[in-house]
Amino acid sequence: MSNGLINWFKYASPQSFYPLAGKLIPWFWALAALFGVAGLSIGFLLAPTDAQQGEGYRIIFLHVPASWLSMFIYLVMAFWAGLGLAFNIRLSGMMASALAPTGALFAFLSLWTGALWGKPMWGAWWVWDARLTSELILLFLYIGFIALQAAIDDPRRADKAGAILALVGVVNIPIIYFSVKWWNTLHQGASVSLTKAPSMAAMMLWGMLLCALACWMYSIAVALMRVRTIMLERERHTDWVRALLTNQE
Amino acid sequence: MLEASNLECVRGERRLFADLSFRLAAGEMLYLQGSNGSGKTSLLRMLCALTPAASGDIRWRGRAIGKLGEEFRSELCYLGHLNAIKEELTPLENLLLAAQLAQESLDHDAALDALELVGLLGREDLPCRYLSQGQKRRAALARLVNERRALWVLDEPYVALDAAAVELVAGLIGAHLQRGGLAVLTTHQAVPVTAGTVRELSLDGAHATSGWG
Amino acid sequence: MLRALRAVIGRDLRLAMRRQADIVAAMFFFIIVVSLFPLGVGPEPDQLRRLAPGVLWVAALLATMLSLPRLFADDHRDGTLEQLALAPQPLGLIVLGKVIAHWLVAGLPLVVLAPVLGIQFDLPSDALAVLTLSLLIGTPALSGIGAIGAALTLGVRGGGVLLSLLVLPLYIPVLIFGAGAVDASVSGLGPQAHLSLLGALALGGVFFAPWPTAAALRVALE
Repeated sequence: MSNGLINWFKYASPQSFYPLAGKLIPWFWALAALFGVAGLSIGFLLAPTDAQQGEGYRIIFLHVPASWLSMFIYLVMAFWAGLGLAFNIRLSGMMASALAPTGALFAFLSLWTGALWGKPMWGAWWVWDARLTSELILLFLYIGFIALQAAIDDPRRADKAGAILALVGVVNIPIIYFSVKWWNTLHQGASVSLTKAPSMAAMMLWGMLLCALACWMYSIAVALMRVRTIMLERERHTDWVRALLTNQE
Repeated sequence: MLEASNLECVRGERRLFADLSFRLAAGEMLYLQGSNGSGKTSLLRMLCALTPAASGDIRWRGRAIGKLGEEFRSELCYLGHLNAIKEELTPLENLLLAAQLAQESLDHDAALDALELVGLLGREDLPCRYLSQGQKRRAALARLVNERRALWVLDEPYVALDAAAVELVAGLIGAHLQRGGLAVLTTHQAVPVTAGTVRELSLDGAHATSGWG
Repeated sequence: MLRALRAVIGRDLRLAMRRQADIVAAMFFFIIVVSLFPLGVGPEPDQLRRLAPGVLWVAALLATMLSLPRLFADDHRDGTLEQLALAPQPLGLIVLGKVIAHWLVAGLPLVVLAPVLGIQFDLPSDALAVLTLSLLIGTPALSGIGAIGAALTLGVRGGGVLLSLLVLPLYIPVLIFGAGAVDASVSGLGPQAHLSLLGALALGGVFFAPWPTAAALRVALE
């Protein structure tokens, strides 16, 4: 590592990132609450009732942001993992591990809310629709990542193995999505049209965007909290953690 | 030729050694000493670029071994504490295979001669799983007979060997040093080597240091 | 380079020949799993014909999973994996050799068995041909992609189950295009599109996967 990199990655050392994250977390929580309240009040109070789907459609204010986030978090996770693998930065691996449970949670939420939506709309909890199937596979990929990291004792090795898996996953996700879509178009006999209403009311769109931002802020806040815990756990034998813990007592 | 500076080894949460430096020239051998768990094997694996050092760097002919990659590996012969022989294969097959993978030309007769030298003639066609521990170790060490790569890294080469075999291996190492080769080995038995300069390095003590610079 | 590749393939084939029981066990696993389905869903020929491609492909995935954990574990245990990693060739090339050997030992027998098992499911002869062809093209991808999982779970607690968890989702495209090829030929669409996509996956799996596998092996050896 050249000396030039050290300045660049000043905040990449857990010691300096820990207090910074601590200061940021309340702000992200506040933003999450703000966007959440705004988004949900638009979603539940202001947005018009959908002509075809009735009130049941309002679950999309959670469903769509959860699906977006579940996909986006995987990309962010793979980005951190790749960065950690390329430059051997400890913080990157910790960020990737901190993001995985949140991503898995959103994938699960997306599936669950999708089922809740599907029952009144399609008359079935589960339909082998391309998007739902891909989301399910994404959940499997998250679970694989978490399980692999949990099974390896040495945290550095766990980080590297997880990073390789995340990168392989990122290469595969488009292939999986494409193949599932292909499979879906071939097999859909009595087809259920899944395309949403072409012209979505502007109010709905705003509600959805605000909810997505709220989920975003929530993810950042939770990931930062988790990464702080991971730091304390992994670095418990270092001087700065000891100093921190004795000061708190 | 081989130069290590300020090496640090961390295993789990323990720091095994730090600030370890040494330099090894052609025809020199390094004896690594230290109690169990002092990091001998870890250091050998670092020298092979199998394990990255927590800090510090290792240079071969002036260049970092991590960067050299295959160039470095083609000059390296590593014998771990595992024998690296397949139990299903015979000593002869194991020996020929090791040479093939190392991209060395070893013909059938030379391989048989090597096995004769380590005392495995007559067992060259027996699957290794029927051999005793000492014989398996001999089968692994037969690789050294025709080994001409410059750097030998040997982890406990004398373990499980009888007195005659120990002497034989010491002789092989001596000949290697005489040809201008380098060797790094760990051992609990101080066996005299006939040729070359022998340096010693102890890993005991919190921050191991070497006696030379 | 090619010599080293040949050496690795030859080595793994020879080792497999000395342990034929493993190959035979995986083949019987494949046969038994496939034969269980008619007992589960009933013997109506129409239904069996429709199920056959999916059943054979899923059974092939599972049979591959059975042999994957040992792909690197034996070499890891006796120290030869270190020697392979220290050989003066790129580790990815050596992995490629091991993947090819794994396919010859674990994948090819499935291809050979498939037409016989397809007859149990009353598949017409052209569907049988497509099924066999799809397995021939697709099983190398299973070996290649599976090697990544085998390397990642090397020396890990509960490696075998974890391996399935990591690898099976990555197998989904192979399954879709493999089984889809047979469906497409039965329904008269023609299997070419599926087979060429399957071929692309196999090329990717065999020539791309060895590099992340090599990286994972180096991590496991640290």
